[in-house]
Amino acid sequence: MKKILIIGATSTIAIACARLWADQGAGFFLVGRCPEKLDAVASDLAVRGALVVHTATLDVSDLAAHSRTVEAGIELLGGCEVALIAHGTLPNQAACEQDAQLAAREFTTNATSTIALLTVLATYFEREGEGSIAVITSVAGDRGRSTNYVYGSAKASVSTFCDGLRARLFTAGVSVTDIRPGFVATPMTEGLNMPAFLVSRPSAVAKRIVAGIASRESVLYVPAYWILIMAIVRNIPASIFNRMKL
Amino acid sequence: MSTGVVRSWGNNPAVGQVALPCYWRHELSEKLAKAQDEFGTILPYGNGLSYGDSCLAASDHVLRIRPINRFMNADWVNGIVKAEAGTTLGEILAITIPHGWFLPVTPGTKHVTLGGAIANDVHGKNHHRRGTFGRYVRSFGLLRSDRGHLNCSASEQPDLYAATIGGLGLTGIIEWAEIQLEPIRSSRIDHLKLRFRNLDEFFEISHELDHLHEFCVSWFDCAAPMKSLGRGVYIAGDFAPQGTLNVQTSRALSVPFTPTVSLINPLTLRALSSLYSIRAPLSRRLNQVDYDRFLYPLDRITHWNRVYGRDGLQQYQCVIPRAQARPALKSMLSAIAKSRMGSPLAVIKQFGTAQSPGLLSFPVPGTTLALDFPHTGRLENLLSRLDGIVREAGGRLYPAKDARMCGEDFRRAYPAWERLDALRDPALLSRFWQRVTR
Repeated sequence: MKKILIIGATSTIAIACARLWADQGAGFFLVGRCPEKLDAVASDLAVRGALVVHTATLDVSDLAAHSRTVEAGIELLGGCEVALIAHGTLPNQAACEQDAQLAAREFTTNATSTIALLTVLATYFEREGEGSIAVITSVAGDRGRSTNYVYGSAKASVSTFCDGLRARLFTAGVSVTDIRPGFVATPMTEGLNMPAFLVSRPSAVAKRIVAGIASRESVLYVPAYWILIMAIVRNIPASIFNRMKL
Repeated sequence: MSTGVVRSWGNNPAVGQVALPCYWRHELSEKLAKAQDEFGTILPYGNGLSYGDSCLAASDHVLRIRPINRFMNADWVNGIVKAEAGTTLGEILAITIPHGWFLPVTPGTKHVTLGGAIANDVHGKNHHRRGTFGRYVRSFGLLRSDRGHLNCSASEQPDLYAATIGGLGLTGIIEWAEIQLEPIRSSRIDHLKLRFRNLDEFFEISHELDHLHEFCVSWFDCAAPMKSLGRGVYIAGDFAPQGTLNVQTSRALSVPFTPTVSLINPLTLRALSSLYSIRAPLSRRLNQVDYDRFLYPLDRITHWNRVYGRDGLQQYQCVIPRAQARPALKSMLSAIAKSRMGSPLAVIKQFGTAQSPGLLSFPVPGTTLALDFPHTGRLENLLSRLDGIVREAGGRLYPAKDARMCGEDFRRAYPAWERLDALRDPALLSRFWQRVTR
């Protein structure tokens, strides 16, 4: 039984990944904020073939509670082979520009909390000398854009953190996968004006993520074509970029 | 996309609906209350596969239930599965087939949601044996704006149980359902095809073979010349007695955009119809195919409805009680032939006698005929002629596929409509219901 810990387990992409793992007969420790959602996801995974499913509620901005929750989960599962961090919010950029407190809170949810969780998980996996850590960041972290830079900078800091962590854990045999989705149809992106041909289904995205974690990829753009799109976005000269409302 | 505008499958009437997506069961009551406050009435919307206006809200605002699609429980010993209402039948099969269980009743597409299957009390190629989907619904959860969460079954809230099965989503929001499955030993289907030359031959073959097979359905060649009127192909099938249990997830083709005009016209129809005749052999030859190809041939073409162009398509499905079936169908076929408005899909099947628990369930013992037409102005002449024949024969039309039957016909054919209206959730109202009950 593959033992999987998921933070932000009720996010659409996490659910889609978990369904694929459940099909392989995995065991889960699911962490989320809302107990009703956790229960709904847990029953679904059990029917789909998960051998065990434990759940715990956690508000990720409560940094002090992180290690307690993670340790309890690993103990319940009797170990952990894959840890996926999938929680996040899509901040209202305009509101963040007017409210420094809000901007800082959003940064905590999307960056600080993730970095804290990665630190707790790294300690465990380094000691074990095996396993996979995966974090859902975003293509938005590749370059700060005027319409979305609070979110983008939070994701960028997690990506950079992952670069270092990956190098640190390399000798321990632990992989760190930085997953950068493009546009995915989820409740988070609901109402966003996204070009329809670039929007992916969560189930398709999950396939690539689950395979990418299994093959211990370092950075995973999902779908793969985002690597090209972002290469272009990164290389737009500042003189032009600053005039664009990207 | 997750938000925005949704339509009915036939896009006729071509009225977009503002879809308010719902992702979690426990949030539904709040969403319903909020929507009621804002829009007066609303309607639950599953996967939008109803053809006409039964899935369109009177307020043009719908609660999109499709994302509420999690399994809740499964009993693989007794073949019972409990799932949220937005789960599609295809998603259910993907889980149950490896355990050796299949849906006892399935319509011609696996993309309908569980909630939609109940609300329309759908039927399939085995109606002569199994009756409708509603017969296998052990219980369901119903959310009402006036009474909160209710558990409904034949013994608990029996009135609402009966009214909700075939209740067109009007009695409350179906939140989840528990259904009974049928055991299978193979996911493949042995089937035979027979040609018939006319309607009498169809009735003979059907009488001789229907009771021997799980699945029976026939296709009419509506583009056939007058002298070959009523020719077609009879198809019967059964799950193979043994074999492997494989989930099929093929998606071969897609119609990527909607052409301005319908690609279904007299010329292409002639070509299609000769294809059927070539492909159907004369003899009773037994073949084996996977369940997906047999039960869901059109699911292989995503957005097949788009071939009918921007004006959409018009389904016409009626059932004629047994005693009148033969003469009525003859008149209908000749009316269609005379009109030269061929239908590329003309499906005929004998319904069985199994009673549905549903108050407004469509099937009655007799013969059902389903036709697809590109939607044009000229069509209405033919359809009102067909209406006359159905009326005369004491038949009725299928609300899930309707966008035009007159209220009088509906109320005469479904006398229980007043009982349903009395049990309707005051927060729910469809364009269909508004149209036919006025």
